[in-house]
Amino acid sequence: MMLDSHSLTAHECRRLLAVGEATSEEITAALLDRVKAVEGRVGAFLQVDEEGALAQARAVDAKRPEERSPWEGVPIAVKDILCTRGVETTCGSRILKGYIPPYDATVVRLLKEAGLVILGKLNMDEFAMGSSTENSAYQVTRNPWDLERVPGGSSGGSAAAVAAGEAPWSLGSDTGGSIRQPASLCGVVGMKPTYGAVSRWGLIAFASSLDQVGPFARTVQDVAALLDLIGRRDPNDQTSLGLPTPIAVPRGESLAGRRFGIIKEYLGDTIQPGVRRIFEQAVEALEALGGRCCEVSLPSVERGLAAYYIIAPAECSANLARFDGVRYGHRAHKAETLHEMYTRTRSEGFGPEVKRRIMIGTYALSSGYYDAYYAQAQRTRTLIIRDFQKAFAEVDLLISPTSPTVAFRLGERTADPLTMYLSDLCTIPVNLAGLPGLSLPAGFADGLPVGLQIIGPHFSEQMMLDAAYALEQRLQVSTRPPLDVTPAKEVG
Amino acid sequence: MISRSEVEHVARLARLRFEEQEIALLQQELSSIIDYINQLQELDLTGVPATAHAVNVVNIFRLDEPRACLTQEEALANAPATERGHFLVPRMG
Repeated sequence: MMLDSHSLTAHECRRLLAVGEATSEEITAALLDRVKAVEGRVGAFLQVDEEGALAQARAVDAKRPEERSPWEGVPIAVKDILCTRGVETTCGSRILKGYIPPYDATVVRLLKEAGLVILGKLNMDEFAMGSSTENSAYQVTRNPWDLERVPGGSSGGSAAAVAAGEAPWSLGSDTGGSIRQPASLCGVVGMKPTYGAVSRWGLIAFASSLDQVGPFARTVQDVAALLDLIGRRDPNDQTSLGLPTPIAVPRGESLAGRRFGIIKEYLGDTIQPGVRRIFEQAVEALEALGGRCCEVSLPSVERGLAAYYIIAPAECSANLARFDGVRYGHRAHKAETLHEMYTRTRSEGFGPEVKRRIMIGTYALSSGYYDAYYAQAQRTRTLIIRDFQKAFAEVDLLISPTSPTVAFRLGERTADPLTMYLSDLCTIPVNLAGLPGLSLPAGFADGLPVGLQIIGPHFSEQMMLDAAYALEQRLQVSTRPPLDVTPAKEVG
Repeated sequence: MISRSEVEHVARLARLRFEEQEIALLQQELSSIIDYINQLQELDLTGVPATAHAVNVVNIFRLDEPRACLTQEEALANAPATERGHFLVPRMG
């Protein structure tokens, strides 16, 4: 049978498998064909595990339907920051070229236990540092809505693969917006769960107090189902709590009485007019659904970016000390002493943005500067948390544009690190406060996707997903980019 | 502007080395980032406690009992150089 890759949401795959209309092998093969057809233009995958995926799919098909768990045989792809046993995991970095993890990240293990078929590993900014996926040491990923533009980042491959119909859903990670911003720019749904809802074990660490794994999909229901699969407490991650209750598939289409706070600080001049227009339409749609929207002020979020660019580099400078050429990954040749080997290995293995952040973090933590930078940033973080707490005393959920702009052109922001950092203006405070955040496709500005960010209190994922689902049904935003009419063009 | 010797000092701490032209560029880039983050110095945060983790959890323990772990062979499989079951590195400088 002919399977249309865009119609293959995870729920649709599950239905086809349950009623016997398609086998897992047929679905997997259809997606692998789609990958072959569009990867030359999109470049979302660092590795496609065709053989492994087909073998896994056949194993599912060999089981009797009543022996299968609900999602068994449904394909998925994962960001290359997650360790996959026996499959190369590079984190987008030269320093991990050839690294074959001896274990699965907890989330990968959960996917495998649920019987999901893993299609491959997705491109990303090196060590998740970036907002355009241009910092990958390996390849450019292009936005399926406009191949001259970035997919966002750092989980650009995870967003682009789902947008291009190469996978029904995927996993990414979000330290300052790395799920929500690419979801916004690629026109898909992406969610960063509450800090601690999902295990970080086997997630290659960037900034441990901010990192969180989360789902991408083309529908809210799929995002909800994937979050439910991965939101487990894990004894291997002492900060993991798991989701307090299972996530139910959102179905309700009314938001009667739900109170939404519009973050006033994110309506300023940094927001593109086209983005603001779509945001305003989303607010009207929420009201039409029975929601009540009002402006709220969180003055300290304006300091979020500055606090983040101390905390994240400081944590990264410590976390990335482990890449020293001793136990795994790249080692510089012919170094005569240990110190020389460390220095040359790291200088050869890390790219410019990673080095910049290690330098900033090392500077901020170095003798005499700790109080001025790191301690001051962590106190600023407390102010941000208090602002969110105050806001959630007044409203149920907060909303803002996810990204101040639509997808920008490849190369447009690579020359100035600070301009690139501004891409995450609206998403960063959410990580600092450990809150869940979701980006929902809300419409288009100049033909490019615009996302709405929904932020909730800790562990309010169900309420957020219910609201997102209701809005998704109302807005009916297309998730089918015009990729198929674009003439085929091989890219390097 | 952050000085050349400061860049070199921090690079040494971070076990990184930069070429001549990279140092000049880093001086500019790091200076503009540090200028930006310096805005936090304006805030009066006296009495505000520092947050290290946004979702507080305390005393998460697991049972202290033996369990399966990586074999020596698995642990060494990715190492650039090994000898008799150990990670092999160049001599101390």
